[in-house]
Amino acid sequence: MNFDYTDEQKALKDEARRFLAAVSPLTVVRAALDNPAEGYDKALWARIGEQGWCGAAIPEEFDGIGMGYVELCALAEELGRSLAPVPFASTVYQFAEALLLAGSPEQKAELLPQVAGGSLIGTLAVSEGPGVLAPDRIATRFADNKLTGVKLPVTDGLAADRAIVLAQSDRGPGLYLVDLTSEGVERSLVSTIDPTRGEAQITFANAPAQPLGTPGEGLTLLSRIQDRAAILVAFEQLGGADRALEMARDYALERYAFGRPIGSYQAIKHKLADVFIRNEVARANAYYGAWALSTDAPELPLAAAAARVAGSNAYLLASRENIQTHGGIGFTWEADCHFFYRRARHLGLILGAPRDWKRRLADRLEQRVALEGQQP
Amino acid sequence: MNFDESPEEAAYRAKVRAWIAENAPDMSGLTATERRQWHDKHKDVARVWQATKAAAGYACISWSPEWGGAGGTAIEEAIFGQEELRAGLQFNYFRTGLDMLLPALMEHNKDEASLARVPSAVRGEEIWCQLFSEPASGSDSAGVRCAAVRDGDSWVINGQKVWNSGAQIADYGMLVARTNPDVPKHKGLTVFWLDMKTPGVEVRPIRMMSGDNELNEVFLTDVRLPDSQRVGEEGGGWKVIITTLMNERASLGSGTGLNWRDIIALAAETPSFDGPAIEDPAFREWLADLYVDAEAIRLLSFRTLTSLSKGATPGPEGSAGKLLWSNLAQNLTDKALDLLDHAGLMDDPDEATMNGAFQHRFLWAPGLRLGGGTDEIMKNIIAERVLGLPGDIRVDKNVPFREIPNGR
Repeated sequence: MNFDYTDEQKALKDEARRFLAAVSPLTVVRAALDNPAEGYDKALWARIGEQGWCGAAIPEEFDGIGMGYVELCALAEELGRSLAPVPFASTVYQFAEALLLAGSPEQKAELLPQVAGGSLIGTLAVSEGPGVLAPDRIATRFADNKLTGVKLPVTDGLAADRAIVLAQSDRGPGLYLVDLTSEGVERSLVSTIDPTRGEAQITFANAPAQPLGTPGEGLTLLSRIQDRAAILVAFEQLGGADRALEMARDYALERYAFGRPIGSYQAIKHKLADVFIRNEVARANAYYGAWALSTDAPELPLAAAAARVAGSNAYLLASRENIQTHGGIGFTWEADCHFFYRRARHLGLILGAPRDWKRRLADRLEQRVALEGQQP
Repeated sequence: MNFDESPEEAAYRAKVRAWIAENAPDMSGLTATERRQWHDKHKDVARVWQATKAAAGYACISWSPEWGGAGGTAIEEAIFGQEELRAGLQFNYFRTGLDMLLPALMEHNKDEASLARVPSAVRGEEIWCQLFSEPASGSDSAGVRCAAVRDGDSWVINGQKVWNSGAQIADYGMLVARTNPDVPKHKGLTVFWLDMKTPGVEVRPIRMMSGDNELNEVFLTDVRLPDSQRVGEEGGGWKVIITTLMNERASLGSGTGLNWRDIIALAAETPSFDGPAIEDPAFREWLADLYVDAEAIRLLSFRTLTSLSKGATPGPEGSAGKLLWSNLAQNLTDKALDLLDHAGLMDDPDEATMNGAFQHRFLWAPGLRLGGGTDEIMKNIIAERVLGLPGDIRVDKNVPFREIPNGR
């Protein structure tokens, strides 16, 4: 029994934290915020690529390091803690996972080494505007190896070199791989609540594309990709939530009102204790997800939904109460609190809203109970 | 990140699981009411079970054999506890004594006659209760007014205690009294143990809102105790109290009782607006939030086991488990009664769904949030000991107890 990181994983995590503290202080986040047209920090992305982190869970045959998913979770936690403005989640948790799950040998051989080396940015283009994406609401079409339709918003859509696009075909919904520099692809920046993570609108007009995985099984595959990404994102959420709590705690110790530190008032103490409890719930569920991901356990879908719901709940609360604890200063552009508030909402929405994941979680619980009922 | 036990741990679990299956008491002859905690018939089963465990080396596993224990490890004790729960064996009668009070007695009292109490308690022959709380103290555990006055080699005790779990059936108790009102409140306390049949001890059961009689008031009138029954130094009672409270909070966060499977089963069979309640989207969202908390309680226990198996002591962050668990009990039972609609009123075990377990727990749940440290105290512990925020401003800290103002 070791429901915790191993000593080696802890060492990796500590090293990642030191590295990110040096290369990605909040001044880097602020610079990205002030330059929304870019949507990420190129120099930082290059440094992270040099570390080999993009290939942490990519097998060595594709030039990855092949460390494992718990190690990737540890890195995700630190990336979330630092708020690093880089397309890591899009490229590593979603694009690379999609390739690993369903890519053809040629697709994997061409793209995974580039991802692992940090030279290729990839993304998943799923959304088509407001509302939960249902099978009959996918308007993007695939026919004759061409894609037509509009995806909005697409995280890192401007920065990405390649995208995996959800589209309808004669055989049902499928995923399709597109080179975003090819003919028939138009991209424009979309202003978002978290400008440190770029979002785009991508219009496909007969853009060349190739299937990824079996056509007609796109939604099943997407669900599997999202489950895996949900666990990794849950670690980013946990890292961010922990740091937001620490910021609030530190401020509550140094800020005096009515002659004493505000952290000595029970109203503040209990508020931060509530945040701590939510973070513990997120941590426990995320760790369980990491175990499920690293062992490819049958519990993965349920663990993923739980990690997603708990992670989203925790980060929202922690980022919100961090601003509240800071008082008026916390609401200003100059203070750092809003970075976390923005990122909490960004991470809470990129894979589908918590409400959607609560629905999935309830479905999966019912399935679990039904399965248990069949057991002798 | 793995749930694999060491080969030794796995072998131990398999061994105790088989042993429990073979030796577990049969409660099928008891009615639903008789199966509830503190019912005499339930208690009789518990006593036999405790004796059976002790004879086989499964009681107080981590204690040394000289005290009736098994000389095992904390992780073995935790594994056994999990297997007991898994087998539906949950008896609270001995926990106060064995988890909290007797460890303090062993640590702070070296008197042979006093220590001789321990092995018989391990065998389930003697039940212990805690006599700490008082009507005026509440969460202010050091606000003790019950007074002990020295008289030669004896102490004479007068005062009142309250919220004493199991005192009505207890054979022995551990009590804190004020022995010096002229020093600040934490410094003038002394702890004693006593036979509950000592002249001058009167136990009056308190009827709880759930109808249960687990808790009591205890009145002490000229109770005379020998100094050999003192636990710890004269004036050193606070240290003893801390030893016991830390043990209490560590054991409270385990999370037992009704859980998400019970509410899913209820929702699946309870008609709602358009079909069973489980199809109601609002219920499903609520269920998801409940589940992540319930999972966290289960998983936090694995974190505790991880610490124990590394030989470390679980820290104050365990307070989160207690808070989650007691609040979950209240949320879950609130929702169950809501789903049952007008039928949620009925707690008659013969008429109500699941023999009225939801209603009974609904009426008990507020107590879970109060006993063993209120939500507010647990949050203080997290804020101060985990997050490092300043302690509350204490206006009575350096004031002699005698001069501390008191209201009702």
